[in-house]
Amino acid sequence: MLTSSRSMFRLGALAVFIAASLGAVSVQATDITGAGSSFVYPVISKWSASYAEKTGNRVNYQSIGSGGGIAQIKAGTVDFGASDMPLDEATLTKFGLGQFPDVIGGIVPAFNVAGVAPGKLVLDGSTLAGIFLGSIAKWNDPAIAALNPGVKLPDSRITVVHRSDGSGTSFNFTNYLSKVSADWKAKVGEGTAVNWPTGIGGKGNEGVSAYIRQIPNSIGYVEYAYALKNHIGYALMKNAAGKVVEPKTSSFQAAAATADWAHAKNFNLLMTNAPGADAWPITATSWVIMYKQPKNAANSKVAFDFFKFAYEHGQEQARSLDYVPLPASLVSQIESYWKTEFKQ
Amino acid sequence: MPSSIATSTPIDADQRSRIDARHDAWFRGLLKFCALLVLAALLGAALSTLWGGREVLFKDGFHFLTSDTWNPVTDDYGALAPIFGTLVTSLIALVLAVPVSFGIALFLTEIAPTWLRGPVATAIELLASIPSIIYGMWGLFVFVPFMAGIEPALSDTLGRLPLVGKLFEGPPLGLGLLTAGIVLAVMILPFICSVMREVFQTVPVRLKESSYALGSTTWEVVWDIVLPYTRSAVIGGIFLGLGRALGETMAVTFVLGNAYSITSSLLMPGTSISSAIANEFNEAVGIHRSALIALGFLLFVVTFIVLLIARLMLRRLARREGN
Repeated sequence: MLTSSRSMFRLGALAVFIAASLGAVSVQATDITGAGSSFVYPVISKWSASYAEKTGNRVNYQSIGSGGGIAQIKAGTVDFGASDMPLDEATLTKFGLGQFPDVIGGIVPAFNVAGVAPGKLVLDGSTLAGIFLGSIAKWNDPAIAALNPGVKLPDSRITVVHRSDGSGTSFNFTNYLSKVSADWKAKVGEGTAVNWPTGIGGKGNEGVSAYIRQIPNSIGYVEYAYALKNHIGYALMKNAAGKVVEPKTSSFQAAAATADWAHAKNFNLLMTNAPGADAWPITATSWVIMYKQPKNAANSKVAFDFFKFAYEHGQEQARSLDYVPLPASLVSQIESYWKTEFKQ
Repeated sequence: MPSSIATSTPIDADQRSRIDARHDAWFRGLLKFCALLVLAALLGAALSTLWGGREVLFKDGFHFLTSDTWNPVTDDYGALAPIFGTLVTSLIALVLAVPVSFGIALFLTEIAPTWLRGPVATAIELLASIPSIIYGMWGLFVFVPFMAGIEPALSDTLGRLPLVGKLFEGPPLGLGLLTAGIVLAVMILPFICSVMREVFQTVPVRLKESSYALGSTTWEVVWDIVLPYTRSAVIGGIFLGLGRALGETMAVTFVLGNAYSITSSLLMPGTSISSAIANEFNEAVGIHRSALIALGFLLFVVTFIVLLIARLMLRRLARREGN
């Protein structure tokens, strides 16, 4: 009985396999490959599923990290790479590459202080830098108290939690601190991994948030989508325009819209500390990197078609994963960049 | 066929022995190949990590071994903090795991009723098959909060003592060198314990019975008969466990705190060679990548030195016994 049902199952699986391969042949599907940033992996895999449904073309994306994605596209083993850090002009020219943003995400300071409710703590850039430098060591420090009148802050030591793994989140966070604090820029600088002056390291967003939840009086930073899903208390930030803003879709989009893309060649611009009145100061994106003169023109064409599809039809899916779609003004700049820079 | 062998002539026998000799030679060659393969794989891995780390090793030389800064922004790397963390956590693990394993193995071979031996031995072997990520998760979500609860008591009691006190100072974060050491101890315990149990069973009953007949207590039998008889195998088992502790990655990454610092307190966060590699390799490029591969090479060196010490210890023990 068991063996017969098993062989029936095998027969069925074989039939499905044959049908699938016949179906694939009949629509002439193209498989393209991409690799890189783990930050965009969830949304790219969701986009590629619905893109495959619509066109039959499959996008295989390997989430191997930005460094790996850059290495793979330079070696020409993938059709596109994705990186949380933009490539500089010299590298792009040397390898004949171009780059453009794909989707927006926010990074939020997350904290665990008894008696301070989520969303009730306000911080600004220099205070945040002071905390992560260790120069602001207690929660009732005058710098924090001045930003939070009426909030009862405890007289206890701050435990800083940062990412222990190299990540685009750390890169954008340290880039923001370097922009707002000369002290941070001189002592630490920016990078996917830095020499943290104080605190403990958690692996991934989940490691950082587990530490924040377990250690009283701690503060760290996580991706907005992660903080939202796991109900971690986040702080509000005073932005470059001096206004206190809340992390949410509209403030991330405001940062993307007010960042000076028009003057950034090859979209080489980080959205941190954006000037807009409603802009969330630690907003991040990742870049898709492709060859301007691709070896495999057919695959490259499908890749452009995929990202066009994602900009036009993937907005709801991006939102459902708590990413923020690019504003329309930026999409039109990207599409004209495609026309002028890439051989399509 | 069988009938022809049964009625073999002297010429057949001669031919057979030649064939046997040839098969023997093949078999010997095959075994030698297998053994050399292990050696080649080990040498290849060591050399390729050395080659991968050449950039940072030639650029910084001894500075890489003696510096405790790890700064990917300025590309200034020193391996002292990861080496320190690796050695300290492994040492804590050994100090805790060896006596406990010894006790369990003794109980199972000398004291426990026969019906209990099987199930407990199986349970210990099952403990060895739990993947390290599970230990990491358990460490992070269950053990770290527990440690955070008892660490204030530790600093208030042991932390007040002279000398030893330095080891138990600091904020009660729950994670750090001590927590990582304890998690590692749980992980290596089944390895050490299984080896000890197996070798304790090989002690001839004759020897033990004679000793009991002379009026020895169980402890005296164990200490003077069982342990000397199995000493080299027991030490071998301990170093098997130590080897695992030195290279353990995931579980340590979750509970060690991942801070590149060298502190006198066991309650403070640290980092280890393998967790540093696991954390940063994904996004590392250029010299940063080279520094991480060089760390991998250093793990080879550290493990090699530890094994060398073990061999020397065994040899000295053997000499003292007059063998």
